[in-house]
Amino acid sequence: MSAQTLYDKLWNSHVVQQDADGTALIYIDRQLVHEVTSPQAFEGLKLAHRKPWRTASMLATPDHNVPTTNRSGGISDPISRLQVETLDANCAEFGVTEFGMNDIRQGIVHVIGPEQGATLPGMTVVCGDSHTSTHGAFAALAHGIGTSEVEHVMATQCLVAKKSKAMLVKVEGALHKGVTAKDVALAVVGKIGTAGGTGYAIEFGGSAIRGLSMEGRMTLCNMAIEAGARAGMIAADETTFTYIKGRPFAPQGENWDKAVTYWKTLHSDEGAAFDAVVELDAASIRPQVTWGTSPEMVTSVDGRVPDPASAPDAVKRGDWERALHYMGLQANTPITEIKIDKVFIGSCTNGRIEDMRAAAAVAKGKKVAVNVKLAMVVPGSGLVKAQAEKEGLDKIFIEAGFEWRDPGCSMCLAMNDDRLEPGERCAATSNRNFEGRQGQGGRTHLVSPEMAAAAAIAGHFVDVSKL
Amino acid sequence: MRKFTLLDGLVVPLDRANVDTDAIIPKQFLKSIKRSGFGPNAFDEWRYLDHGEPGMDNSKRPLNPDFVLNQPRYQGAQVLLARENFGCGSSREHAPWALEDYGFRVIIAPSFADIFFNNCFKNGLLPIKLDADKVDALFKAVEANNGYKLKVDLEQQTIALPDGTTYKFDVDAHRKHCLLNGLDDIGLTLQHVDDIKAFEAKHRAAQPWLFA
Repeated sequence: MSAQTLYDKLWNSHVVQQDADGTALIYIDRQLVHEVTSPQAFEGLKLAHRKPWRTASMLATPDHNVPTTNRSGGISDPISRLQVETLDANCAEFGVTEFGMNDIRQGIVHVIGPEQGATLPGMTVVCGDSHTSTHGAFAALAHGIGTSEVEHVMATQCLVAKKSKAMLVKVEGALHKGVTAKDVALAVVGKIGTAGGTGYAIEFGGSAIRGLSMEGRMTLCNMAIEAGARAGMIAADETTFTYIKGRPFAPQGENWDKAVTYWKTLHSDEGAAFDAVVELDAASIRPQVTWGTSPEMVTSVDGRVPDPASAPDAVKRGDWERALHYMGLQANTPITEIKIDKVFIGSCTNGRIEDMRAAAAVAKGKKVAVNVKLAMVVPGSGLVKAQAEKEGLDKIFIEAGFEWRDPGCSMCLAMNDDRLEPGERCAATSNRNFEGRQGQGGRTHLVSPEMAAAAAIAGHFVDVSKL
Repeated sequence: MRKFTLLDGLVVPLDRANVDTDAIIPKQFLKSIKRSGFGPNAFDEWRYLDHGEPGMDNSKRPLNPDFVLNQPRYQGAQVLLARENFGCGSSREHAPWALEDYGFRVIIAPSFADIFFNNCFKNGLLPIKLDADKVDALFKAVEANNGYKLKVDLEQQTIALPDGTTYKFDVDAHRKHCLLNGLDDIGLTLQHVDDIKAFEAKHRAAQPWLFA
């Protein structure tokens, strides 16, 4: 057999049936479910008198709407509350495992799947959420789907799909101190653009990627969608197996050995052909900060806000002008002179224990700057929160003036009460800086957890690699 | 799903690239557990001058006169003309639900984000990719001519311009079939129920830990 990419292997091992035009039925091993994109799917099932094909493949949790303070008081917004209660009722009716709002295992779906060992190498994973690409860090084929497809997978255990093209993003060399997986992700999006990966499944490879922890790999795959690729993935290796072993949903005993034997084959073969290859030199990547309203509008911390006059074409020039107007920024302003009002550390991109540790290391013994109105740390799950508290990270944050919150999506998309007010500027470890994303009129700058913590202390962006 | 066959529709130009699904339907409207009624909140932050929340009477809200959808000449538009990477960002199907509920049946752009593109076909909306220079020419034509309409024929895969020019467009055979006939994907897939069961049995034998 000719050399195969990791994507070929994952795709081929899940094709149930394929038409002449390439439209295929792909078997789905794991479906993660949250409250926002599932109610209409469950309703569709009920209207058609259908039942989920295999409820054991499903794992549900509320994350987008949940409050991050005073959780014992319930959800005050009646519309949010109804959505979460609808998830609870649907899971109870169909027998779907759900970690409810007050379960310590509750959290952001993309944090809890891997944390529970519910995401495994070789799986197909879907969720009605674009950041499902996160799970590709485990050599899984994982991507976001719409609600009609959520219903389709519930009813048939399959997805109708056509194979994408394959792109290899290769990052060789060693990352400098203060440069993280988040910076690699933003540098990739900056290089290929938010549509650069459209139509592709991206595999991240190279020595810098192999050197990343599972948390770092998840951060990187999480943001594959910001480069337009529905799926991001990384070959399985010892780092992967060590992370999974012993987790509640992970295989055990004889199955573990058998699984690892199979998982060791989940990498691109020597000489496998990709439709596109993009190379980055790890050593040249600096801490990144976005300046605009699209993740591709990014530069390094020692850069400046660009001048629309230097945009490559008229459409881009218009976009840059609109972005600078919305962001309240002048062309050529040094990034380190941009002052911030709020800080958000968390999300499915950077809400894991390693992110908490990295931010705490920067904040330790310091104080949040007086011009920063709110600096909040939102762990990605109840278990991340518990682990951080065991390590005393909560105390470090609280002593420095950060708020230590309960787990959820929070101010990444501001569906709960955590949001920016019009004109407020935020250093955020989340994934999108779209207009209004963190609150109408809010201004988002995407950065790593270290950079966000450092910005909270200084009151403006600073180069963490020089601290 | 509503069928799509032919459309002779008024065109509205939305002249910006990378229009994301947060802009198409802001997050506060995603709290609904229904799949209808999103039209009045399509492009909410651009369309109204105040802050929108679910449950408001949208007919009483102040409109942003500068936003293209609010201009009198584009009222009743069914074709949305857009730029690169339309529909990027979140997978929320509320975005095509909002566009369809507003009255759009066709979106024309040089490129679309994958998940959004796929979601359109599930909701009777036809997204059409056209070369950037053709899209650019359409933007100029729409702006220069009041009441500019396009005839879209899915069966023939053509767009007819008022000046007699016809553009061909590509559409995946399976999606075309479903859209022309208003077919539900689930029903089609369940015709393969034996294939799915056979695959599942084989898969379970090879990787039993996936079924533990």
